[in-house]
Amino acid sequence: MKQRFFELAGRLERGLAADETLLLGLDAERSDFVRFNRGRVRQAGSVEQRTLELRIVRAGRQASTTLELGDAAGDPALAAEALAALRDSLDALPEDPWLLINETPASTDTARRGALPAPDTVIDQVVGAANGRDLVGIYAGGTILRGFANSLGQRNWHEVDSFNFDWSLHGAGRAVKGMTAGFEWDRTQFGEQLEAAARALALLEAAPRTIAPGEVRAYLAPRAMEELMGLLAWDAFSGRAHATKQSPLLRMAQGATLAPAITLRETGADGIAPPFQADGFVKPPSVTLIDAGRLGAALVAPRTAKEYGLEPNGAEAGESPESLELGAGTLAQDDVLAALDTGLYIGNLWYLNYSDRAACRITGMTRFATFWVEGGRIVAPVGAMRFDDTIYRMLGENLEALTRERELLLDPSTYEGRSTASARLPGALLRALRFTL
Amino acid sequence: MPFDHAHAVRERFRSLRSRAAFWSLRVHAERGERHAVRQDTPQPPSVSFDRGAMLTAVSDGGYGYCATSDLSRAGLQQALDRATAWAEATRAKSVIRFDARDMPAPRGEYDGPQGDDAPARDAIHDLLAAECRAAKIDARIVERFAAIHLFEDERLYLTNTGADLRQRFRYTLPYARVAANEGADTQSRSLEYARQGGFESVAASGFPGCGARLADEALQLLAAPNCPTGTMDLLLMPDQMMLQIHESIGHPLELDRILGDERNYAGTSFVTPDMFGSYRYGSELLNVTYDPTQAEEFATYRWDDDGTPAAKVWLIRDGLLVAPLGARLSQARAGLPGTANARASNWNRPPIDRMANLNVEPGESPLEAMIASIENGVLMRSNVSWSIDDARNKFQFGCEWGERIENGRRVGVVKNPNYRGVSATFWRGLRMVGDASTFEVHGTLNCGKGEPNQAVHCGHAAPACLFGAVEVFGGG
Repeated sequence: MKQRFFELAGRLERGLAADETLLLGLDAERSDFVRFNRGRVRQAGSVEQRTLELRIVRAGRQASTTLELGDAAGDPALAAEALAALRDSLDALPEDPWLLINETPASTDTARRGALPAPDTVIDQVVGAANGRDLVGIYAGGTILRGFANSLGQRNWHEVDSFNFDWSLHGAGRAVKGMTAGFEWDRTQFGEQLEAAARALALLEAAPRTIAPGEVRAYLAPRAMEELMGLLAWDAFSGRAHATKQSPLLRMAQGATLAPAITLRETGADGIAPPFQADGFVKPPSVTLIDAGRLGAALVAPRTAKEYGLEPNGAEAGESPESLELGAGTLAQDDVLAALDTGLYIGNLWYLNYSDRAACRITGMTRFATFWVEGGRIVAPVGAMRFDDTIYRMLGENLEALTRERELLLDPSTYEGRSTASARLPGALLRALRFTL
Repeated sequence: MPFDHAHAVRERFRSLRSRAAFWSLRVHAERGERHAVRQDTPQPPSVSFDRGAMLTAVSDGGYGYCATSDLSRAGLQQALDRATAWAEATRAKSVIRFDARDMPAPRGEYDGPQGDDAPARDAIHDLLAAECRAAKIDARIVERFAAIHLFEDERLYLTNTGADLRQRFRYTLPYARVAANEGADTQSRSLEYARQGGFESVAASGFPGCGARLADEALQLLAAPNCPTGTMDLLLMPDQMMLQIHESIGHPLELDRILGDERNYAGTSFVTPDMFGSYRYGSELLNVTYDPTQAEEFATYRWDDDGTPAAKVWLIRDGLLVAPLGARLSQARAGLPGTANARASNWNRPPIDRMANLNVEPGESPLEAMIASIENGVLMRSNVSWSIDDARNKFQFGCEWGERIENGRRVGVVKNPNYRGVSATFWRGLRMVGDASTFEVHGTLNCGKGEPNQAVHCGHAAPACLFGAVEVFGGG
């Protein structure tokens, strides 16, 4: 696909006029999806998709088209036809004052090869390991491809073989969440995770404890923290949202702080997301979004940079983090229950949203394994509870500790295509979390 | 139209071969145009063309699919071969025994309302620029955005047993949003309109003139007190009823959730199969239908993506739960009646049980009578926040706009209006349902569900509805 994409770029570039610049982006994948319910297959299949974006720039004007590439023989004519239509549309457009593309070629080529199982291997091994138990979830695996080319001579390619088996094991009204993700499928690792989940599920079979609404001491496991970070990804770090006073962290821009232990960075160190973006800018190694509890840099897309006189820093147009990293703390994972002493151990959160966006007040639910802990020991499962609290209390005045160990969490999202986002996060011990229902 | 190769694809489909007993092809083609003006600056126009096909095979109780954008004969045959291999790999390991004899083979064509063609790009931009400019009424207005999204969608469904369906849809979606800031507070107002049809939708939506109105309302919110806290009456206008229906009736009634397919992602349901026919979901005033008969509603179609013909079905009648939202396959699994709602978001995703048009039928109360009946309450419109548990029971929703109602009169605007409740009991507190004069047709673009994930559009039409004894609160 790499050769096919760059050959297409070369062919289209040869037809450009001297004052035209062409940008091409490719977003493609070859994926297998196997969906499970009750330890058996619910739906299984494959998807091969190749979305091409063409953008033409001339005399400060720009227009773009996206199209789905088809067969190799027909693609050049399909793309040439789309480019001709774009070219014709340019004259009627006004100049775009916020147009900014990378004009200093910065080519990159990254590939991460993996060892992925054949489709029937996944089915046999998962159905076999489940062995009649109620396992639910989806295996998504294959090659993700991202490409960029422009007529200024830049070429970027990013190719990753990866899989993400996002699953849960269910008992009578209770469930434990699991995830087996990475670059090399290992049936032994999955089998061990499944058995660990089965042991955790047994703990959930005790009579559930009902906790009255109010403030409760709580530990948020890394997966619960991932949900919290996922909500903040929605405009909290966006340069445009900050410039228009719409960031949920508006009060941090006016001096409010989180706990000094909170340092949050966007970093490409884990190498899953492509190191370049749609305007051709290469991402810096790291952008510090929150620095020791104080608001740091925003994620600035090229259009935002041009509009507000800022420097772009590798962000896509949505200005959301793709590879978040929250600094580690000092609490050893093995000491979490003892440090929690009495309170809620929350494995997962679910369906977070803002109760008051300007105040960064957040509501959401507990989900999957949530336990009541007394004297440092798990004593009972707890049903789904709703919390409603501000980020300034949760990760500010009420943050007692972050764990020393962090988990690398690969985003299992597959809307339109398989996500390349990830997060490396510790767990967080909170003196109090406010529950309402 | 977005897809002009239907004849050629039919020819290629007829030449395909498979070991499977049943196979199908679903082509989905879409052409879209986005026009937008932000802060008086036209955004670069973008056009999208998307087309591809999903091949499906059923073999000895197994089922498999393969999706491809290569619509050549070789590309389609390769995809069918792969779908067949999946079907063979899953037989005897599937949670369901798929049976080719169950697959319908309908033939027909359907065109949704096409309406007026869009004007030239300049005229659209002038319209957007006028609303954007008109919203600049105060230095506290921090962002002004106006957009129109045009798209056309065509679906072709063929099977080796003779099905041949072609459906075409057109959508014109105006959108505007204005934000205002003062100190540590930012408030926004927006206009969303999601129905099928042509450019006449823009005028029908109230888009002309919306810029100044939304800006004025955002400023009113900045100056307003927070919504009060307490247990009181709640009057939901149709654009918030859309969200309330969607989250706390639609999702709980999806039969695939009840059957457990979604427990790892979108969640399960507090509704169980034994409740149908006997469970009191709401007060006697609650009547809910799956309704594909209103042509302009967002998710109207003649056949679902498995070829099942769509017809109106009562899901809740006089407050009693009657039927789930479950397509042909789920109905067979559960032994329950259902609806034609096997839907796929695109050519690269398989059909699953989805909402389509899910409506609350109008009642008999004029809006004035509903307001007059409220001693202590809040009116809310325009959803801004939504959160509900994975069984679709404990919810908390927030709106952009609130109005305090005391002693039968609207007495002022309140900001950050929120409410929370439990689906299983909330609808039993429905104490008045608006008449036809309050009935509005709305829709939502992005309902997320499924593994792999799929976002589909849904239609929701409802009158204004009044609920008693709801836990209401504000921001801060």
